[in-house]
Amino acid sequence: MMTIEELNKIKAAKEELVLVRRVVSEQGEELSKKTGYRKQVLVCGGTGCTSSGSKKVVEALESSLAQLGIEKEIYVVRTGCFGLCALGPIMIVYPEGCFYSQVTPDGVRRIAEEHLKNGNIVKELLYAETVHEDGSIISLNETRFYKKQLRVALRNCGVINPENIEEYIASDGYQALAKVLTSMTPEEVIDEITKSGLRGRGGGGFPTGRKWSFAKAAEGEIKYVCCNADEGDPGAFMDRSILEGDPHSVIEAMAIAGYSIGASKGYVYIRAEYPIAVQRLSIAVNQAKEYGLLGENIFGTDFCFDIEIRLGAGAFVCGEETALMTSIEGHRGEPRPRPPFPAVKGLFGKPTVLNNVETYANIAQIILKGSEWFSSIGTATSKGTKVFALGGKITNVGLVEVPMGTTLREIVEEIGGGIPNGKKFKAAQTGGPSGGCIPACHIDTPIDYDSLIALGSMMGSGGLIILDEDTCMVDISKFYLEFTVDESCGKCTPCRIGTRRLLQFLEKITSGNGEPEDLEKIEELALHMKSSSLCALGQSAPNPVLSTVKYFRDEYLAHINDKTCPAGVCKSLMYYEIMPGLCRGCTLCARNCPTKAISGQVKTPHVIDKEKCIKCGLCVQNCKFNAIVKK
Amino acid sequence: MEAKTKYAFTGTAAQENQLKEVIERHKNQPGGLMPVLQEAQEIYGYLPIEVQSMISEGMGISMSEIYGVATFYSQFSLVPKGENRISICLGTACYVKGADKILEAVENKLGIKSGECTENRLFSLDCTRCIGACGLAPVMMINDDVYGKMTVDKVDSIIDSYIKKSRKGGDK
Repeated sequence: MMTIEELNKIKAAKEELVLVRRVVSEQGEELSKKTGYRKQVLVCGGTGCTSSGSKKVVEALESSLAQLGIEKEIYVVRTGCFGLCALGPIMIVYPEGCFYSQVTPDGVRRIAEEHLKNGNIVKELLYAETVHEDGSIISLNETRFYKKQLRVALRNCGVINPENIEEYIASDGYQALAKVLTSMTPEEVIDEITKSGLRGRGGGGFPTGRKWSFAKAAEGEIKYVCCNADEGDPGAFMDRSILEGDPHSVIEAMAIAGYSIGASKGYVYIRAEYPIAVQRLSIAVNQAKEYGLLGENIFGTDFCFDIEIRLGAGAFVCGEETALMTSIEGHRGEPRPRPPFPAVKGLFGKPTVLNNVETYANIAQIILKGSEWFSSIGTATSKGTKVFALGGKITNVGLVEVPMGTTLREIVEEIGGGIPNGKKFKAAQTGGPSGGCIPACHIDTPIDYDSLIALGSMMGSGGLIILDEDTCMVDISKFYLEFTVDESCGKCTPCRIGTRRLLQFLEKITSGNGEPEDLEKIEELALHMKSSSLCALGQSAPNPVLSTVKYFRDEYLAHINDKTCPAGVCKSLMYYEIMPGLCRGCTLCARNCPTKAISGQVKTPHVIDKEKCIKCGLCVQNCKFNAIVKK
Repeated sequence: MEAKTKYAFTGTAAQENQLKEVIERHKNQPGGLMPVLQEAQEIYGYLPIEVQSMISEGMGISMSEIYGVATFYSQFSLVPKGENRISICLGTACYVKGADKILEAVENKLGIKSGECTENRLFSLDCTRCIGACGLAPVMMINDDVYGKMTVDKVDSIIDSYIKKSRKGGDK
């Protein structure tokens, strides 16, 4: 068992080590002297940077330090995600706060010798935005990517070593649990969470405090706390990053929820496709047990709490709360009708609180800093911050956390660094297969739960995919429908048949066979699906289609009436043509055409036979005179 | 892919003991079927009917329930997969550049058809739709490695390199 005094002792011992990474320059140098390490090197060990080779970077770093004989002066930490995945692998050196991006093993050997040993920053390997024109170094928090961000849920991601509970404790970890257990009643905790205005981050946006109060009020000896870590939206990775970078924040919050509603057992349902997150979470749970922060009589009180990890097995529908619980129970993960709601009758038929990873990541901060602090951030109805996984046609692909109410323009143009290759912003897709598209005319809308719903989309878990002028909106709807058709569990007819019929309409339109009445039929079918599907998967599956029909009707009509795809994506509706004025008759295209669809004499303009052409685009790639155009 | 029954079940006594131990560990755990199926798939590499039936007996859960769960989740496979998964792109661009000949060469080399797995479970072979590498056509993928501009001559040496790398190398 751990006492609060012991917790504070661990905190005091490690506090400076972690604080060096949160402050800049002079202050950091003073602090750094007290830690016993001259410098600290943080290497991102999130999934993004791991795929781009951060493991090799760490190996090269450690071997270089040993070769240079400075391994005892430099403290190397593998952290969770820093957010700027596009520039991975990322490495930060403290106390200077030097941000090295796209680091290679060769680069790391240079950094070790020149910077870590001799103290000369290797400027050309730094993230270009952090180097001022006059050569001085700009603090990371002043760069466009980080400037407008406010990190609450991600406060420890990319700062602490997620596999070391003491670094979490040094960052005020488990202080909120201690405070709750020793000085607050369950009612007071729920009251605080309710007052903070925190709403569920998994998509629906239900007030967390109310959810907890329902579960508390429900009768029953046994109750459960569940964590939804089954992040299935293609393009969303915020929950994964939190679990990879700061798993203890979720564990601590689940224990607080357990105390509030009277539960002593928690389950985390996590995707098996996230091996790094699963591993770090398991390590964290075991460490918490070892330190007595999970288990019997936590902090010497009567409160006991334990957490079990359950792996998903690749079913998108299990992100729906009733399906998730059915899956934990060991059955096919099919949803069931509500009511009864999980707060009354949930896992194994007992009252259950189920929250998303990001929701939990906010809890400890609310307890420590107070509901007033939290509710001062955000908009009237959506408090706090939101983490977005920024992806698609955007320069800074990565993870961002901004106050609710930040406009899409700020996210796209400032934090995201704009659209690459000088292309125009066309729309942003939020909420994945359950959400919709926000067109360019609404780019100044402050983003919160309610504004997104008013626009016909939804917050979803926070995937934010940026689309440029080269994206066909009919095609993107088709992509999402293909996904929901695959993932519909088949239990209820509106979803099982409805998604397939919707997809058939889109296939018909993109293949050039659309008829003018199809749009009305789509809208009618969509309304039926929304009103009669059993769970959110079917109810929201038409959203991608409905919102694009609403905002990009012209594009649908172009496909249907003119049989053209304005973005040049739908293969059946486009063709390649050789411009006779530009073609020199070099025969390169004809020789490379896999279907022998191009003919013509040497030194005379060639022609493409549209019947034979399979639109693979090889001719365009090979043409040296830009004589072939896509129409 | 259709469930094939032609794969002889090759489970060993050691694997069965391992499975029994897993069942014992999860038998009284609420909702223990999913972890058992996951660990069983780790032991055998897939969930053949023989394994499902052992789980059914051990856990006291009906076969229909187990089959229902095993087929619901995309992570569970009822047919074996090879240690090395070969996919041949049969998208149009690859096809017209002779992907069918590459496929034929791989089939001859391994003695299996598309959708099957070699007896020693070293390789499984599948055809995929376009993988978006038309410029490199024809394309073959082995696990996560992409081999572009494939020719029939290259098939032998590429597959041999995986046999060498493999744990089971040599016993093909």
